Amino acid sequence: MQRVCILDYGSGNVKSVYNLFSAVVENVVISNAPADIEAATHIVLPGVGAFAAAMRRIHETLPLDVLERVVRQQGKPFLGICVGMQVLADTGLEFGETPGLGWIGGQVRRLESGDFPLPHIGWNNIDAKRPNPLLEGLEHSPDFYYVHSFVFDAANPDEVLATTDYGQQFSGAIARGNIYGVQFHPEKSQRAGMRLVKNFLAIQ
Amino acid sequence: MKKHRVIPVLFLRNGFLVQSKQFKRYQNLGNPVTAVKRLSEWGSDELVYLDISRDDNYDMRRDDLGHANRSSVLDIIEDVSKNAFMPITVGGRIRTMQDIEQRLALGADKISINTKALDEPEFITQAAREFGAQCIVVSIDVRLEEDGVHRVRRDGNREATGFTATEWAKRVEDLGAGEILLNSIDRDGMKTGYDLPLLDAVSSAVRIPVIGCGGVGEWEHLAQGLQQTKVDAIAAGNIFHYSDQSVYLARKHLFGAGLNVRSPELLEF
Repeated sequence: MQRVCILDYGSGNVKSVYNLFSAVVENVVISNAPADIEAATHIVLPGVGAFAAAMRRIHETLPLDVLERVVRQQGKPFLGICVGMQVLADTGLEFGETPGLGWIGGQVRRLESGDFPLPHIGWNNIDAKRPNPLLEGLEHSPDFYYVHSFVFDAANPDEVLATTDYGQQFSGAIARGNIYGVQFHPEKSQRAGMRLVKNFLAIQ
Repeated sequence: MKKHRVIPVLFLRNGFLVQSKQFKRYQNLGNPVTAVKRLSEWGSDELVYLDISRDDNYDMRRDDLGHANRSSVLDIIEDVSKNAFMPITVGGRIRTMQDIEQRLALGADKISINTKALDEPEFITQAAREFGAQCIVVSIDVRLEEDGVHRVRRDGNREATGFTATEWAKRVEDLGAGEILLNSIDRDGMKTGYDLPLLDAVSSAVRIPVIGCGGVGEWEHLAQGLQQTKVDAIAAGNIFHYSDQSVYLARKHLFGAGLNVRSPELLEF
């Protein structure tokens, strides 16, 4: 029986993420309490906004020691969404250089979109780069909803599960073991988003 | 590749979903939450909700005001965001930063501003700074006047503003708006197609995405919007409420015409 804990550091879109997970499973909580994190089978870090502000709030509100143990040592499935994915990097370059969580090697920098305006807002397709349970049934390049100006450059290209093209190719989805990140918003991506959430929840 | 968006616009008037004609006549179409669920299932790319209620013009002749259909726009946003996993823009009677914050907290993704932007243009800048340009949409109502000039009207077509459509569009872009929702007053509800010269002039004058609206009576009108102008998204009201599977059929038409929209066939898996 899955139990989802959605972390809340004041990122604003927590409600939408909660609504989507609740449409799939019964046990969903929005909480930063160590007991809820320990009891969860799956942990989700949502996000909108800027890297530095998100990291500041994460340090202020989340029990990082508990997450470090539960996610990185015990290997509980973890999904970061948008800025929640970006903060997994070693560093972020939005408004100066800010250290991230460093859970997946890489750097977050501005998308070089050429003639296309930023932020990149709207529906864009992903191209799956390698088979992964997170993208099962999503290999036919479905569209997801994006709102962002910065992107995750993974240090190890093998950790990029899917890319998206907007002036240049960037990471749409990344993974290192049990730790997953998606640049798009599954909670705004209708059926494709729901499929991705179901896939994530099927990962043990 | 990023896709053009197909966007149903829902007009709410005193809690009801209504059809609008030239900003003058309104016909009740029923429960807004049910409509949204349906439109979401059919694969809309986004929804725009505009509350066009007027405090000073409450329609007391209706005998169904006590009906359960009637709820505040805030209740509706909350219900809608539970049923629709897609971006939702909410507009109508936005006057303060609190109005914006409240709607975003209930699940709206973007806020559309119209009158307040004309009254106090700096409000656009403040709102974009506070909440991000990506969530500030400026809605512009335009009428083609007798001298052949497209001019911006305000307060639901009650007053002139002195701006031409492209003047005001460039101005709101400079002020920090993330997107423009462009409405043609004289085409509203007429089913004769978009005001293509208007859509083309405005979408060519700015770099931010323009959503064209007003006049769609058949799917081909949507295609014309994308083929003959530089709008990023095509919107319509009435047509999406009258046929079963409307959004799916619209997308099928556009996709069949080779336009860059989400494939209708990929919506089921």
